[in-house]
Amino acid sequence: MTIYIPTPLRSFAGGQDTVEVAASTIAGALEGLTQAHPELRKHLFSAEGKLRAFVNLYLNDEDVRYLPEKEATAVKAADTLSIIPSIAGGD
Amino acid sequence: MATIHQQATLPELTTDELSRYSRHLILPEVGIEGQQKLKAARVLCVGTGGLGSPLLFYLAAAGVGTLGLVDFDVVDASNLQRQIIHSTKDIGRKKLDSAAEKLTALNPALNVIKHETMLTSLNALEILKDYDIVADGTDNFPTRYLVNDACVLLGKPNVYGSIFRFEGQASVFATKDGPCYRCLYSEPPPPGLVPSCAEGGVLGILPGLVGVIQATEVIKLILGKGESLAGRLLLVDALNMRFRELKLRKNPECPVCGAHPTVTQLIDYQQFCGIGPENKEEKILKNGIPQITVRELKRRMDAGEDVQLIDVREPFEYQIAQIGGKLIPQNDVPQRLAEIDREREVIVHCKSGVRSQRIAEFLVKMGYPRVVNLTGGIMAWADEIDPKVTKY
Repeated sequence: MTIYIPTPLRSFAGGQDTVEVAASTIAGALEGLTQAHPELRKHLFSAEGKLRAFVNLYLNDEDVRYLPEKEATAVKAADTLSIIPSIAGGD
Repeated sequence: MATIHQQATLPELTTDELSRYSRHLILPEVGIEGQQKLKAARVLCVGTGGLGSPLLFYLAAAGVGTLGLVDFDVVDASNLQRQIIHSTKDIGRKKLDSAAEKLTALNPALNVIKHETMLTSLNALEILKDYDIVADGTDNFPTRYLVNDACVLLGKPNVYGSIFRFEGQASVFATKDGPCYRCLYSEPPPPGLVPSCAEGGVLGILPGLVGVIQATEVIKLILGKGESLAGRLLLVDALNMRFRELKLRKNPECPVCGAHPTVTQLIDYQQFCGIGPENKEEKILKNGIPQITVRELKRRMDAGEDVQLIDVREPFEYQIAQIGGKLIPQNDVPQRLAEIDREREVIVHCKSGVRSQRIAEFLVKMGYPRVVNLTGGIMAWADEIDPKVTKY
C-alpha cells in the first residue's frame, strides 16, 4: 500500500513523498515504514510507542482514531495511509 | 446549512452597491438578500500577512460590511514575495495601516477596524466577541490554539487555513455541531519540529491559494449556501497540484468542544506549546544545550579565541550570506562527524537558531562534550552585529 509522507517528514524518509509497503494491517504498514526509515520513528511515535498527538493518521479519508479496530484495521493493496502533521504557517 | 444572520432587518443596499455587486446579485445563491447579509457581516481576520492578504482583499471586494484586522507587525521586504496587500513603499510601515489603506481603496464603503495588538488570552475574548466569523491567518501554534479555543467559547466559526512550504490545509472549525482544531490536533508539536515560513520557506503563491479558499468559506457561511468545509480537512499540494479531502470528526472527548469540556477559559498558550518565558540570565539552557548570543560570539572572535563554528544551513543559503562558519548542511551532519572536532567546543549556527538547536542536541547524543547553540542564528548577527550581512 502507499503511505503519503507529509512535507515536514520527507527528509526523514529519504526525501520521498510516498513510500510503498507490503502490509496486512495499519500497524504493520507503520512498522514497515519505520523499519525502512528508522529516523521517522521518533517523529511519529512517543517513547511509549504511541502515535504523537500532533500527527494524524488516515486510512484513505478516514481518521484511524475513529475506526473500530484503529491500528489493527486490515488494509488492502489499493488503500492509502496518510500522515498529516499539524502545520501553522500563514505569514 | 445554518446561516449567520437570523436578524429581522438587513441593511439596505445603496444605488452604488447595486451597481458594484451586480455580478453577485445575478447569482441565485446571492441575490439582493445575500448581498445584504454580506453587508451586515462582521468578520475578524487574525493576521494581515500571507493568508490575510488575499483573504481580506476578496472579502472587501465581496462587500463584507465590517472587517476587523489584527496585526502588530511592520512590513518587511521579505514579506513582498507573497503578502500582496502590501507594497514596496510600505516597507517599514505598520501592516495594519498598509492593509487598511489598500482595502478602503478597493472598497471605500468598507468599515475597517484595526486591532494593533498581539492576540493573547487577556484580550482575545474581548476582541472576538463583536464579530460573527473569525478567519485565522496566523503563523504560529500558540495563536492558532488561542483562536480556536476563543471561537469555541464564544460560539464563532473559525475559518482555518495553514501553509508549509508548498502544502496547505483548510477547514472550518467551531461550528455548532462540527469539530474544532483540538479535535484534529489535541496537542501542538514540540517547538522547533515544524519550522515557520521564515525557517522552512514557503512558495509565494501558496497563501494566495489557501487564503482565497478561506475567503470562499467565510462568504459561504455568511450567505448560508453551499457545503462548508466544516467536518472536512482540505489538503492542498501545490507542487503536484493535487487536492485531497479527509474526514474530520468532532471528538466527543475534546477538552474544549466536547460533551464535558475541561477547558472553559483561555489558558497560557505559550506554555501549552512548550515555549518557556524568555530567560535574561547569562547561562541559558535549552533542552540541556547552552545558548550563546551573537554578541558573545563576536566578542570571542574579536578576542582571538579558538572558535569552531559549524554552519548547518543549505549551500544556497551560504551563498547568500555567511559569517565564517564551516558549512555542513544539517542532513549531512551524521555522515560528516569526522569533520567536527570533538576535542574543541562546537558552536552550531543556522539561519535563526532552530535547526542548529536540533543539530546541537544530536551532537550531544553522539557524545560531543561541549556543544553550544547560537541563539537567533545569522539573522540575529545581521540585526545586532553586522547589517552588511544579507538577511533573507
